[in-house]
Amino acid sequence: MLIQVLLVVAIGVVTVLLTRSTANARHQAIRRLLLVGFVVAAVLSVIFPEWLSHLANALGVGRGTDLLLYALVIAFVSYIATSHRRSSLLERKVTILTRELSLAEADLRKVDESVERARQQTHGSESDGGHRPAL
Amino acid sequence: MYSPDAATERAATTQTLRQDDVWLVIPLYNEATVIADVVRDALVTFGHVICVDDGSSDSSAARAEEAGATVLRHAVNLGQGAALQTGIQFARAQDGCRFIVTFDADGQHRVEDALSMVEQARRDDLAIIFGSRFLDDRTKPGLLKRMVLRTAVWFTNQSTGLRLTDAHNGLRVIRQDAALDVELRQDRMAHASEIVLQLGRTGLPWGEHPVHVLYTDYSRAKGQSLWNSINILVDLVFK
Repeated sequence: MLIQVLLVVAIGVVTVLLTRSTANARHQAIRRLLLVGFVVAAVLSVIFPEWLSHLANALGVGRGTDLLLYALVIAFVSYIATSHRRSSLLERKVTILTRELSLAEADLRKVDESVERARQQTHGSESDGGHRPAL
Repeated sequence: MYSPDAATERAATTQTLRQDDVWLVIPLYNEATVIADVVRDALVTFGHVICVDDGSSDSSAARAEEAGATVLRHAVNLGQGAALQTGIQFARAQDGCRFIVTFDADGQHRVEDALSMVEQARRDDLAIIFGSRFLDDRTKPGLLKRMVLRTAVWFTNQSTGLRLTDAHNGLRVIRQDAALDVELRQDRMAHASEIVLQLGRTGLPWGEHPVHVLYTDYSRAKGQSLWNSINILVDLVFK
């Protein structure tokens, strides 16, 4: 019975961790609904292990543990897919930020140079002209 | 009055003889030993050289700047495709920019080839010129490299609808109006197919020009290993 308690608690913790991710609203809602279904199924399979075996038999899978394994494989692959998508979105953002930064830096340098040039010019006319327009 | 000295005056006259409406874009990543020579060599012929320092950990950026290039700096390393896009984006917004030439930092491209490509673009009114190693037999890649490159050519042609004889050749001439449509999203090496695709979609006239790629020991040691072709393929499939 202890294992059942442990597993239910672990599933609860994972659930809380997973629901904290953010993405676009509809995807997020779908993901959360799936998650609720997953939690219910997980809890049921822990409390009534024979129920999982019945389901497995109904689906033509030998044992409940096998069914669990298959479900895990699917969950893992879909996790890879979503995390790949998320990381490439993130990469895209980093790229855009880095590019903007470097272009802004180049613009700043150009402004610096023209300010410097302007200062040199006023300095030059001051030293050789001698007279400045009255303010 | 403020007057330029004789040296800058001389520089100004040679400036007009140079290809002043051409901007060379060089993605730069840890090439401190060769970049200064590459930049100096290019500046003899071309008016402007932009080096996009892609987060190098050596003194590449400083070397390039000393040699007279405009250096754009990526704060973190993103990849050659990202550097190219930054350089193109910068160059196409500059006053008087007519042609953009993409050029490799490791010295495997020849300035003469770039020059004759620009001249071809002017003469035949072409918007895009791709450099090709396989239009003549000066370039001698190894058998395995040749096979991989041929496969890359086939793949690029299948996906872009253009009929090129070489793909993944870093030497290209892109006229400013064509460059406006370049929006590379492939940060790493797979940009080479993507840029062909995007340039092809512009519908502007394009051509190929034979180039000689110098496989020096340095570029061979630095160049992409064949393992990279697998990464490129994966990048193209799983965008």
